[in-house]
Amino acid sequence: MVNITIDGRKISVSEDLTILEAARENGIQIPTLCYNEALKPYGACRICLVELVSENGSKLVPSCTFPVSEGIVVRTDSEEVIKTRKMVLELLLADCPGSKVIKELAEEYGVKKSRFEEEDNNCILCGLCVRACDEIVGARAIHFVDRGYKMEVKPPFLTATVNCIKCGTCTTVCPTGAIKLDELSGISVMHQWSDKFSERRCNVCGSFHFSPGF
Amino acid sequence: MKRYRTHLLLCTGTACVSNNAFNIKKSLEIEIKKHNLENEVLIVPTGCNGFCERGPILVVQPDGIFYQQLKESDIPYLVEEHFLKGRPVKKLMYTPSKGEEVIPKMMDIEFFKHQILIALRNRGRIDPEEIEEYIANDGYQSMGKALFEMTPEEIINEVKISGLRGRGGAGFPTGRKWELCRASKGDVKYIICNADEGDPGAYMDRSILEADPHSVIEGMVIGAKAIGAHKGFVYVRDEYPLALKRISIAVEKAKDYGLLGEDILGSGFDFDLKIVRGGGAFVCGEETALMQSIEGKVGRPTPRPPYPAQKGLWGKPTNINNVETWANIPVIIARGGDWFSRIGTETSKGTKVFSLVGKVNNTGLVEVPMGITLREIIYNIGGGIPNGKKFKAVQTGGPSGGCIPEELIDLPVDYEQLTKAGAIMGSGGLIVMDEDTCMVDVAKYFVSFLEDESCGKCVPCRSGIRRMREILTRITQGKGKEGDIELLEELAETIKKASLCGLGQTAPNPVLSTIRYFRDEYEAHIKKKRCPALVCKDLIIYRIIPEKCTGCRRCVQVCPTGAITGPKAQPHNLDASKCIKCGACYEVCRFDAIAGDAIYME
Repeated sequence: MVNITIDGRKISVSEDLTILEAARENGIQIPTLCYNEALKPYGACRICLVELVSENGSKLVPSCTFPVSEGIVVRTDSEEVIKTRKMVLELLLADCPGSKVIKELAEEYGVKKSRFEEEDNNCILCGLCVRACDEIVGARAIHFVDRGYKMEVKPPFLTATVNCIKCGTCTTVCPTGAIKLDELSGISVMHQWSDKFSERRCNVCGSFHFSPGF
Repeated sequence: MKRYRTHLLLCTGTACVSNNAFNIKKSLEIEIKKHNLENEVLIVPTGCNGFCERGPILVVQPDGIFYQQLKESDIPYLVEEHFLKGRPVKKLMYTPSKGEEVIPKMMDIEFFKHQILIALRNRGRIDPEEIEEYIANDGYQSMGKALFEMTPEEIINEVKISGLRGRGGAGFPTGRKWELCRASKGDVKYIICNADEGDPGAYMDRSILEADPHSVIEGMVIGAKAIGAHKGFVYVRDEYPLALKRISIAVEKAKDYGLLGEDILGSGFDFDLKIVRGGGAFVCGEETALMQSIEGKVGRPTPRPPYPAQKGLWGKPTNINNVETWANIPVIIARGGDWFSRIGTETSKGTKVFSLVGKVNNTGLVEVPMGITLREIIYNIGGGIPNGKKFKAVQTGGPSGGCIPEELIDLPVDYEQLTKAGAIMGSGGLIVMDEDTCMVDVAKYFVSFLEDESCGKCVPCRSGIRRMREILTRITQGKGKEGDIELLEELAETIKKASLCGLGQTAPNPVLSTIRYFRDEYEAHIKKKRCPALVCKDLIIYRIIPEKCTGCRRCVQVCPTGAITGPKAQPHNLDASKCIKCGACYEVCRFDAIAGDAIYME
């Protein structure tokens, strides 16, 4: 156990937690976009930045990846944190003006309109879908392609892939609703990156699976 | 060993090679054979001398005569005159500028005179592909000392005393870094040499690998012993074919000689070195991205902590240093940390290699003691600004460095001073800019580079840099709005504080430093729609001054779109609707009829 201070509250937490986990365990809210308890922390959205107060000058650290240690002092709502979070939200709002989640979160911080040119895109590249597909499903059907502002989530070779088992996990974890499931023939659903293959009955267990054939 | 009367040290660094150095070598061999001098004159292909602008370079030893800008056709005459008849050829020697006296000896040339060589100690002196030549110059002696006479703690202590700081950019104390990695728990530890140099215009790491690869290997073996690592990697970008070839040969030879591998020199210490080729992403120079790349993953940075010293390559404690840092190590061990720490300033010890490029007379690589002023580098070594132009600013530290203006030209160069001035040491790029440079345009150029090179993982870097570029573009197009400067500053602050890795954290530097020192230029673009340096194409219009135009038709000939017309000996006409503002007419006009006041702003 280590003793830490978050927003003036002295708390004692297990030493293998991150700041975010410690805060949430103690009912302190920190907003996140690229974080999911079931996945390894990624540290990309920068919404969960908190201020790590120290004598040599404070700095902003992502609470989802930063481990707690004895005696650290953390502020989740300092002026610095709010200012930075607002600007990150303003950037996201311009990138994804159609996303409800971003809009609501931005509004919560008083960001109504972005000062940057709006784009038509809903994906914030938080990587939840990519990581879920890899870490939970194990299918690795999608990954990041290209870099910088050209980065996109795509299947290998940018074409529909048999690796996608159409489990829908990516759709579930996506915070902005950027990944659509297209309804096909009532029972089967299909991702934009799944190859055309149908639901088949497994000879062994008897249940139905999406597969090109066993 | 065979003795020769004269050694011809022919520079075969990348710059000289692209200027035909290998063919010159062949001609030299043929001519020397022709005159039966093979047993008297030896040709030694060396690494880069640094004075790349004057290449191909040939230094004749023991006299130290410096031949420059050689052509294949010069060789027969040179060999006959100098090496056969003993009459040095004046016309192939260096003259600082037209009309001045020829300077025959290398060490009398201003460019070389002020340098202190530690990391580049063997440049231009030895054949980098021959391990014997390195050994003959005291090579691998420090390694022997470290392996047989020193404990790991003593090695670390010596490096700490030297005050050496990381030459890759951030300037973290090397001894401290080693100590942290040594203290990390774990049987398996790795060390890495970061040779993924990507800054535009900077090539010191390439030059060291090309000129003296064994110094890096020797430094790494010493570091490995200090840290307790038995496996190392050299991560070289694949765009450096010659560096890659020479470090590969060096590793092979060192293995053959028992200087790498199991039981080095019978000391019982094992160290294996592997070369990894980088795929060419700028961000892979960032240590966590570099390790991802070595592991075979996409080179994207990961959050720190955990730091590489705790959990690095494949989750094991890892120590990463830059090429130049490793190359300094053997000298520190040989001559002692005390000796090293006497060079430089209070906080920055030793020397630093800079690549001096841009609007400066002598471009090239220079190694100078820390604390030297920018003025000394630019004027004494660099020979000042060409064509009598005025100095405006110098960009230090590569694309994510800052621009330092003329007022600060007497700034001593060390880590703290540069940071205070809003720039960084970075890997040591120095881009000199003259009065014809638009600082908004410069900021836009560097930000565009970083926009392309951002890995795209975190929002502030991916999106923020892009938005900065958008704002800068609109300012240079004359579409800037009131409040744009403040928005840039606000955005820059966020990108600096909120980005995941060093690329994003330093990316706003060119914008912030140009706003800090050249705010009036930004304001001129935004408020008056004027580009004071006459660079931004959307803000200039070319016209001909009839009173000055002699009708020589030079401009008519170079105009690519036929916008300029007119008969000979009469003032020409320029059709603004056809003009693409390429500036070709401005460049060729000898009567200032399109120059200076001829360009006006709307």
